[in-house]
Amino acid sequence: MCTTCGCGGGQTRIEGEHGHEHEHTHVHADGTMHSHAHGHGHGHVDDGHEHEHHGHHHPHEHGHEHEHVHADGTRHAHPHGHEHGPGHDHAHGEMHSHEHVHADGTRHTHAHGHDGGDGHGHAHGPAHAHAPGLTAAQMVRIERDILGANDAIAARNRRRFEDAGILALNLVSSPGAGKTTLLVETIRALGADVPLAVIEGDQQTSFDADRIRATGARAIQVNTGKGCHLDAAQIERALAALAPADESVLFIENVGNLVCPSAFDLGEAMKVVVLSVTEGEDKPLKYPDMFAASALLLLNKVDLLPHVQFDAKRAIEYARRVRPGIEVLQVSASTGAGMAAWLDWLRAGMARARQRRQHTVASLRRRVAELEAKLAQAR
Amino acid sequence: MHEMSLAEGILGVVQDAARAHAPCAVRVVRLEIGALAAVECEALRFAFDVVKRGSVAEAAALDIVEVPGAAWCMQCSRGVTIDARGEPCPECGSWQLQVTAGGDMRVKELELA
Repeated sequence: MCTTCGCGGGQTRIEGEHGHEHEHTHVHADGTMHSHAHGHGHGHVDDGHEHEHHGHHHPHEHGHEHEHVHADGTRHAHPHGHEHGPGHDHAHGEMHSHEHVHADGTRHTHAHGHDGGDGHGHAHGPAHAHAPGLTAAQMVRIERDILGANDAIAARNRRRFEDAGILALNLVSSPGAGKTTLLVETIRALGADVPLAVIEGDQQTSFDADRIRATGARAIQVNTGKGCHLDAAQIERALAALAPADESVLFIENVGNLVCPSAFDLGEAMKVVVLSVTEGEDKPLKYPDMFAASALLLLNKVDLLPHVQFDAKRAIEYARRVRPGIEVLQVSASTGAGMAAWLDWLRAGMARARQRRQHTVASLRRRVAELEAKLAQAR
Repeated sequence: MHEMSLAEGILGVVQDAARAHAPCAVRVVRLEIGALAAVECEALRFAFDVVKRGSVAEAAALDIVEVPGAAWCMQCSRGVTIDARGEPCPECGSWQLQVTAGGDMRVKELELA
C-alpha cells in the first residue's frame, strides 16, 4: 500500500514471474534480516530494541539503575533506559520521561524532573499501580517507520548496485513528460558498447518495455496493478530476473506520477526528475517533494519552447527553491538538443560508480592480504 | 484520501503489536508525524476513528506528536523551523535550505491495558 496516496498493492506483475507473491522483509534490531512470503500486514514488535532509522532521527538508550522510594516507605531499584534523540537535553531541572521495566515484564513510562542532585522527583500517574491485582498500563515502544520495510530492502538494493559498480537511476516525472522517448534516444546515442538495462514501471501493459527492447537493450516491465509507484521489493524481484551486468547503467523508469514515487527509495544512486516544457513551470513548487528528492532535473522537450508559454529560467529557479543544489540539463529527446551534455553526465556517473567499486575491491584485497599475513604469523 | 490507507497501515502495526501482548486493549496509539511528511493530521484522526471499529484498538485514542519541520539555512548558518518544503528561511528569506527534520512518520508507541 502506498501511504502517500493510498493506492493498493499486491497486484504487482513482473515479466517472467508466475503467481502472486507477497514478500515481506523484516529487519531485526540486531541487523538480521529475513524475508518470507505470506498474506498481509505482518509485523514485529521489538520491545526495547532499536530499529534501523534513516534521516536524522537516531534514538538510543542508556540503561542504568534508579532507586525509587515510594510514599509508603517501600524502596525498590530497577534498571531503566533513558530514551532520547539528538537535541534532547538532559539538563537538570528539565522534565523528561523514563520508561521502567519491572521484573515481571510490565513497562510503564512516567515523567519526572531532575531537581539538582538531591533525588528524582517522580510524578507517578495513575498508570503506575503497584497494588497486587491491578493491571498496570503497559507502554510498548514500536518506533516503526511506516515506510521502514521498504527502506530496508532499498538499502539492500543499493549495496548490491554499489558492490557491482552499477549506476542505478530512478527516473521520475508526471505522465507524458517524455521519459520513455528520452530513454530510447539515450540508449541509441550511448551505443552498444555501454552495458545497460531498464526496469519499466507502469500500472498496466508492457508497451514501454517493448519500446526499449526494440532498441536492442534489455528491459523488464513491472506492472504495479493498482499501485501508483514502484517500491524497493519490486525492484529486488525485477533484479533477480534482469541480472544487470557489473559496471553497467540501470535505468528505472518509475510510474508517471509526481507525488508518490518521491517517498519510495528503490536503492538508486539518485532520482532524476524529468519536467517537460509542455507542463507548468510552477510544478517544482506544486510538487516540492519530488523535486526535493531529485539530484538532477532534465528539462525536456526544449525544442518546443518557442511555441509554449513556459519560462525555463523560472522553472529552474523554482526547482532550486526546493532543492538548492539540483543540477539542471536542458534537452530535447526528439531533436537531440542538449543530449551530449546528458550523455557526458551519464558517463561521469558510470565512471564514479566504477571507481567506487574498484576502490572497494582494492581495499578488500589489502585487508585480505593483511589477514593472510597475520594468519601466516600465527602458524 | 490517502490518510485512510495511512490509518489502515497504522492499524496493521497496532494489531501486530497487540497480538504479541494479548490479551490486551489498546488505550493510546502514539504517532510521530513530521510537518514535511505530507500528512493531514485531522484527516488521519477521522480515518483512524473509522478503521479502528471492531478491532483491538476500538477504544484507542490517537495521540499525534507533530514533529516540526526543520532545516539548516546556509545563509544564516543555523537551524530554522519551516512549515513546508519550498518555503524560504523565516529569518533571511533565502531558499538555501537543507531539510534536517520533519519528513518522517512513524508509530512511536502504544499504551496497552
